[in-house]
Amino acid sequence: MCGIVGLFLKDKSLEPKLGAMLTEMLVTMTDRGPDSAGIAIYGAAAPGRAKLTVQSDKATEDFARLADDLGQALGAEVMLQRKDSHAVLDLPASATEHARKALTALRPGLRVMSDGETIEIYKEVGLPRDVARRFDLASMSGTHGIGHTRMATESAVTTQGAHPFSTGADQCLVHNGSLSNHNNWRRKLRREGLRIDSENDTEVGAAYLTWKMREGASLGQALEGAIEDLDGFFTFVVGTRDGFGVVRDPIACKPAVMAETDQYVAFGSEYRALVNLPGIESARVWEPEPATVYFWSH
Amino acid sequence: MQTLDLATHALREMNAALQAQSQQTNATQWEILNPRGAHAIAVGLDAPIEVTVRGSTGYYCAGMNKQATVHVTGSAGPGVAENMMSGTVIIDGDASQYAGATGRGGLLVIKGNAASRCGISMKGIDIVVHGNIGHMSAFMGQAGNLVVCGDAGDALGDSLYEARLFVRGSVKSLGADCIEKEMRPEHLEILRDLLARAGADAKPEEFRRYGSARKLYNFNIDNAAAY
Repeated sequence: MCGIVGLFLKDKSLEPKLGAMLTEMLVTMTDRGPDSAGIAIYGAAAPGRAKLTVQSDKATEDFARLADDLGQALGAEVMLQRKDSHAVLDLPASATEHARKALTALRPGLRVMSDGETIEIYKEVGLPRDVARRFDLASMSGTHGIGHTRMATESAVTTQGAHPFSTGADQCLVHNGSLSNHNNWRRKLRREGLRIDSENDTEVGAAYLTWKMREGASLGQALEGAIEDLDGFFTFVVGTRDGFGVVRDPIACKPAVMAETDQYVAFGSEYRALVNLPGIESARVWEPEPATVYFWSH
Repeated sequence: MQTLDLATHALREMNAALQAQSQQTNATQWEILNPRGAHAIAVGLDAPIEVTVRGSTGYYCAGMNKQATVHVTGSAGPGVAENMMSGTVIIDGDASQYAGATGRGGLLVIKGNAASRCGISMKGIDIVVHGNIGHMSAFMGQAGNLVVCGDAGDALGDSLYEARLFVRGSVKSLGADCIEKEMRPEHLEILRDLLARAGADAKPEEFRRYGSARKLYNFNIDNAAAY
């Protein structure tokens, strides 16, 4: 199974409530995926700065003096904000690649969840309600966000196997379904220089979209490509710096419901996830068509 | 009118109350409030009662229905009226995938659109969709009637046995062994009756009929080399 939720805000006044709205949607999807949960949230960008979200199983040890150590390695100011097992490192935008390399040496146990100007990813094993509480997701603000509750099929129940997956700056993907040709694509994409850390099928889907967009495709074109090239079952929800996209495979057996008002575009695996959104009674609610790409951008 | 509010009643309590109604019940009118997309609302009913669900439902609403009339004023999630035996289910909005799957009898009316696999493996149910239907509808249908006032998606009636399919609009493609068939007076009569019972504003003469070419019933010896 798996549950997906997504929220793309059009009305700026809702931005401080994004985390709270997404958390409520996420917890409603617990029955669809009780083994792990995650959220990607797109917040405010600071000029010339980037954010690296990192995770550690030994957070207290690894995060102690991390900002200083990394700052020294980069020769630049680095700020760290810890949230439970995750931390957001605020650093110069030009230094993200250098920072990734430096972190491997400085803290070998650290995992990079995402990098980019606005994206932050938080994901852990456990019930969605508990995961949301650990990171205080409800207090987060932002322009758009995507959440996932996982019932694992293709790879182990670990932090690394939880969604969302990010394989490019400010990009992320969540997935309900299973891909059957991910091993071939993993090999091909690694040859193309994509960074794929896990054995998970969805991460390959994410890397596929990153690769397409790196080669010049728009988000819409990349999603069109996924319909042709990825074999298996999928309902994908994708986030980019300023956009939000949805696509389902041609068989479309993985459920999806969308709602749109003047204030937002929302996605849920089921209508249940949307029932507490403001104005849902008068929203346009529909089921996305199979093999059809939908996307919105700010 | 008996009212059950899902904001204050547990789902199982509500279903148990509805399932406890007998042939001779005096409580024939029921109203369900705050469905909020919950699963399995009003399932397994077996009494001549009328249930109105005010809002939208999740998976498997009105499954295995017998005798009862279930009316959903919003939209329905996947598998509405699955394996219905008799009675009537009316959805004012849209229905998600596999509406009326494996239904053996009764009438399912969808006033909006139905998604993919509508009437999959239907075995005697009548389904009237006022809008459009998605791909693979009536797949392996065995008996009953599927009436579509709008358009049908890809692979309509794939591997069909004997169900009758009537479509007023376009058909994106026909599935394996499904062909267009002649509309005879008895079919117009069936259609007239179903459209009237479903409150659909359409004329039987505007529809085209599709059915099984019956070529998949037996093994074709010319294909032996393929195995």
